[in-house]
Amino acid sequence: MKRRIFMLGAAALTAAMGLAASVTAQAEDKLKVGFVYIGPPGDFGWTYQHDQGRKAIEEALGDKVETTFLENVPEGGDSERAIERLARSGHGLIFTTSFGYMDPTLKVAKKFPKVKFEHATGYKRADNVTTYSSRFYEGRYLLGQIAARESKKGVAGYIASFPIPEVIRGINAFVLGAQSVNPDFKLKVVWVNTWFDPGKEADAAKTLVDQGVDIITQHTDSTAAMQVAAERGIKAFGQASDMIEFGKETQLTSIIDNWDDYYIARTKAVLDGSWKSEETWGGMADEMVHIAPFTNMADETKAEAEKTMAAIKSKEFHPFTGPIMKQDGSVWLKEGEVADDGTLLGMNFYVKGVDDKFPQ
Amino acid sequence: MAIELIKRKNPSKVISMVSPFIALAVTLIAGVLIFLALGKNPINGLYSFFIEPLTEAWSVHELIIKAVPLVLIAVGLSVCFRSGNWNIGAEGQFIIGAMAGSILPIMMHDLQSPIILPLMLIMGFAGGALFGLIPAYLKNKFGTNEILTSLMLVYVAQLFLDWMVRGPWKNPEGFNFPESRAFHEFAVLPEMMSSGRANWGAVIAVIAVVIFAVLLGKTLKGFEIKVIGESERAGKFAGFDAKKMTIFAFLISGGLAGLAGLIEVAGAIQQMRPVISPGYGFTAIIVAFLGRLNPLGILAAGLVLALTYLGGEAAQISLGISDKVVRVFQGLLLFFVLLSDTFINYQVRFDNPWKNKQLDQAHVDSKKVGAE
Repeated sequence: MKRRIFMLGAAALTAAMGLAASVTAQAEDKLKVGFVYIGPPGDFGWTYQHDQGRKAIEEALGDKVETTFLENVPEGGDSERAIERLARSGHGLIFTTSFGYMDPTLKVAKKFPKVKFEHATGYKRADNVTTYSSRFYEGRYLLGQIAARESKKGVAGYIASFPIPEVIRGINAFVLGAQSVNPDFKLKVVWVNTWFDPGKEADAAKTLVDQGVDIITQHTDSTAAMQVAAERGIKAFGQASDMIEFGKETQLTSIIDNWDDYYIARTKAVLDGSWKSEETWGGMADEMVHIAPFTNMADETKAEAEKTMAAIKSKEFHPFTGPIMKQDGSVWLKEGEVADDGTLLGMNFYVKGVDDKFPQ
Repeated sequence: MAIELIKRKNPSKVISMVSPFIALAVTLIAGVLIFLALGKNPINGLYSFFIEPLTEAWSVHELIIKAVPLVLIAVGLSVCFRSGNWNIGAEGQFIIGAMAGSILPIMMHDLQSPIILPLMLIMGFAGGALFGLIPAYLKNKFGTNEILTSLMLVYVAQLFLDWMVRGPWKNPEGFNFPESRAFHEFAVLPEMMSSGRANWGAVIAVIAVVIFAVLLGKTLKGFEIKVIGESERAGKFAGFDAKKMTIFAFLISGGLAGLAGLIEVAGAIQQMRPVISPGYGFTAIIVAFLGRLNPLGILAAGLVLALTYLGGEAAQISLGISDKVVRVFQGLLLFFVLLSDTFINYQVRFDNPWKNKQLDQAHVDSKKVGAE
């Protein structure tokens, strides 16, 4: 019996080697661009937008490139293998699109100095590792302003993923936007501790509605909350992509992550040899943050939102402009003072008005 | 008309040995159909799924990393299942073992010495074993169903880990991300060779396979396990204590699952995270049965199942198919193993109740056989 297994194994291995030789013999002159996704491209949120970016590369650069992606790659032990597999299979440029891929990306990058890596939302870089992210908070401020205008009860609900600076920043920007309209505006926060879990997201949305909020916004990736809001007849904001299809009467607007231009530019840079490691943090002015059409709201609200959007886009106005107090009442920014990027990137405190204990 | 399964008196030993291969072959055929249905070339599909991961050294390393927890857990489960104890909670024992061993590098971070790693391995085994004792104790003391208790303790373990990593064990420099600090160098299982990431956990798994192959096949203990598993009453006549066996079986399978958990976090992950297992404890049940509850068979079966994980990634890259195909393949494999086992042990009879009474008598007889 044991001998038989051995013979089978040997036969399989011989066949494998023959096949492998024939497969690798194919000509390779295109740039292969690989993507590692935390969720499925069909989440209609975060991963969906990255996948749109991938498709945009193919459309723009046609037969000069070839793209591949790995979906549902968990952060942790498996992500290093997934990234390494892309690097090994001849990919010259690899986008790893979740914060938790940070250390695995750097580990693999060390082993493959010729491959270019782009890590989304992280803060560790190397000669062949670039980081990129969007100033989503610009959109969040706008959302807060709209919420305060449209909410009858003066309370909104926020479905939050992980208490990392990026998410905290979004919550703070939302509250500041809302307070610019209604200083007494309240925000309830539910932490679901996941980026993508439609079941948990829907439960959180239901909880918030039961607690009396009449507007929901989220920092998670699925359309579940939008669907719950639609069922319960309240309003909601989409996240990462335009979710109007999931709430035609429900969506006020949505922050759309536009990676298309960035991805095309970076791929071109690799093709013409000008790629170098850098840090990109783009906002509305850089077309990285788009805003979906304003729907299901009063005309005055819409006009105000458009005005604010124009001011942010022209960099005339920064959402984190003083006076701003921290949650405990101490002064963070004085009158007219603007937050610096360093503080924003490491943000680990709430501003005044968030109705939640800061998760420590 | 009713369809009835009748137990065969003398199921063929040879067929029973080759049935995993039959199941594997049928799974491959089903795979061809799936790839065809997806509009992909089935040869390319099967190649990238089952062979491509074996063509490069680094990928073989990854295969070993993936197989180690499956093999270790399944070896422990074979002791359990052979003795008629249905431990479905290896996933939870895996997690608790990993947590027990991680106490040293996380809570006593400053304690850095070569003695740490052996201590972690021992604590990993002990943690899993103690957690496995809970369903065993409940079964002996109150006659609870160990399938339910062990399964439900999985959720307890998962949520406990989740809470620890978000609370007391959260990395103080981790920007509030739910993960522990990285293990220091003395708490990490060293890699065996420079060609890939495989660590010394692989050797531990092979040692466990050998020990339990001998224990189950060549010792009185192995005989005791088998006798009690097949008939508790017969075991009693031989002077074997079924309650002690339950404790023993859960200790071993819990301990090995805990050891597997520790090896996973000290080897592949090197820190604690809210989720440390993609369901190894459950996949190992497939591995145990695919390997005929025989440690050597389990070693082979573990490698096959590990291959489906890696193959799924390779197929995503080369064919652009969904990662869900992996789960489909694993499910098909278990399905066909159980199906071929059913046909080996049972005859199928199409029963027509109003045809004649003779059959009714046979029906009663077959029930008797089945009840034994």
